[in-house]
Amino acid sequence: MLSRWLPFEKPLVEIEEQIDEIKRLSTSDGIDTASRQKLMDKIEQLESHKREVMRRVYSDLGPWDKVQMARHPKRPYSLDFIGALCTDWVELHGDRAFGDDGAIVAGFARFRGRPIAIVGNQKGRDLKERQARNFGQPSPEGLRKAGRVMEMAARFGRPILSLVDTPGAACSPAAEERGISEAIAHSQMLMSGLKVPILVAIIGEGCSGGAIATALGDRVLMLEHSYYSVISPEACASILFRDPAKAPVTSQQLKITAQDALRLKVIEEIVPEPLGGAHRDLPTMGKNLGDALERHLEELLRLSGDDLIEARYQRFRKLGDFDEPEREFQPELNGHA
Amino acid sequence: MVRPANLEPIQGRMQEIPANLMLKCSGCGAMLVTKDYVRDLRVCPRCGHHGRMGARERIDLLTEGFQEWDKDLTPRDPLTFPEYLPKRSSAQIKTGENDSILSGAATLNGRPIAIAASDFAFMGGSMGSVFGEKITRLFERALKERRPVITATSTGGARMQEGLMSLMQMAKTSAAVGRLREAGVPFISLLTDPSMAGVQASFASLGDLLVAEPGAMIGFTGARVIEQNLRIKLPRDFQSAEFQMAHGQIDIIVPRAKLKDELGQILSLLLD
Repeated sequence: MLSRWLPFEKPLVEIEEQIDEIKRLSTSDGIDTASRQKLMDKIEQLESHKREVMRRVYSDLGPWDKVQMARHPKRPYSLDFIGALCTDWVELHGDRAFGDDGAIVAGFARFRGRPIAIVGNQKGRDLKERQARNFGQPSPEGLRKAGRVMEMAARFGRPILSLVDTPGAACSPAAEERGISEAIAHSQMLMSGLKVPILVAIIGEGCSGGAIATALGDRVLMLEHSYYSVISPEACASILFRDPAKAPVTSQQLKITAQDALRLKVIEEIVPEPLGGAHRDLPTMGKNLGDALERHLEELLRLSGDDLIEARYQRFRKLGDFDEPEREFQPELNGHA
Repeated sequence: MVRPANLEPIQGRMQEIPANLMLKCSGCGAMLVTKDYVRDLRVCPRCGHHGRMGARERIDLLTEGFQEWDKDLTPRDPLTFPEYLPKRSSAQIKTGENDSILSGAATLNGRPIAIAASDFAFMGGSMGSVFGEKITRLFERALKERRPVITATSTGGARMQEGLMSLMQMAKTSAAVGRLREAGVPFISLLTDPSMAGVQASFASLGDLLVAEPGAMIGFTGARVIEQNLRIKLPRDFQSAEFQMAHGQIDIIVPRAKLKDELGQILSLLLD
């Protein structure tokens, strides 16, 4: 049972198990009123202790803890969020060329009454589904499916929501043979030119090319315990230390938390997670994300299509950190340069 | 310019030979006289292996009258990443350049073009903020001046040491190609060994034409990583230019000696 929980969650899970045990005792037959009251007091005491422990643990998560939270086996995935945020979800399939990639879901739904298109990385819950969804690693056909649906959204004037949750693009000979590089590149170029609002939410893992492929939006939000990185901490550790087990070190060095991304101005906003993380309270998480998305969407809907793509271009255009000496005045060289 | 930065020095009992006088072909192992090898455009006369070229050497090969743009852009250290500054300084000393990319204006057979080339000898030709900014400015200026663009990549991908800033350069450069494409200004992406990962998954895959040198490794995830992850053995030619052409991923493979004429011909067929 405990194996589904992270090390820093274990004290909490132990308290919860104690509470459950006492609850079971207190409702058993033949227990007198006085003893029951004593057990109820004990539960109250444990609940208060639990809240205190939670506040302490979750207000002070390090980068590696956050990576673990982002990969939590109970973490809500794209389809869970679509369920929490939307009604009337219709999932569409296939890239019209090769196949249907389980690692990407795409379709249309109603978000707070408004029809929108949604694309998202999708992971699986059990072993069989994880394999069918390739652990959330998009293949070329998945990105091309997403592109097809996003183009359709632009044709019908529907805003786009992209949910990012991937450990990286598909890593296989098949993905290479079908042009995973081109698919990632093309998806970015495509998104840069779509004349409808594009909202991006990084809900878990935002790793590498597989993430940026569908993250070129007008606004990019991150959940409080998600991460966003150019390379996985493990791959970085393999390169730097020849040891993927040093990932806790590189997760610190790479500055991959939502708080880092906000400081680097790579995202617009951090969406708070309920105490204990998104997986402990999906309705609250859905409401927090929905409120933030709606607020940004309202702003974007005031812009024309042309203004949207110009602002989106400039949003990414200004990202980069370099020095350039002020140019000194240079007289006109009349073509003799 | 002769800058044998990426040549393997001769080891062992041949050490009495002055450094860089001879080198070993990394394709067939033949001993070659450096001076002849450089004259032969770093192509092995025995096996035809195309060795890596520096960025200036590449631009000189393809164009005349190169005038560098944005050469004063210098990298920073947005993450204060350990060992980034010393690594970068030694690359700067080794190559004599500020960063891994050169860009500017030149002519190809008399036609004004915009050109960029990355240098593998500078931190694996990796794309950080300077690389991304220079490429983006190249596309933007080329659009304004309606110059056809040629980029020659030799790179391991995004620069890890600049973290998210490097990832963002993928989006930025891809968006810039989108505008160039819309304006109908041609863009030829020349893929030289190796053209991988974050660069290949952004602007380098978005050329109107993808031209490769023989034997160049082109792909997203490196073969060794795929082998380790999937516990499989991949064929030796996996991700070679020839492999990628057979899988429909690139347009044409051109030997180095014919590149300039072929690129000129293509531009003429598109524009004249």
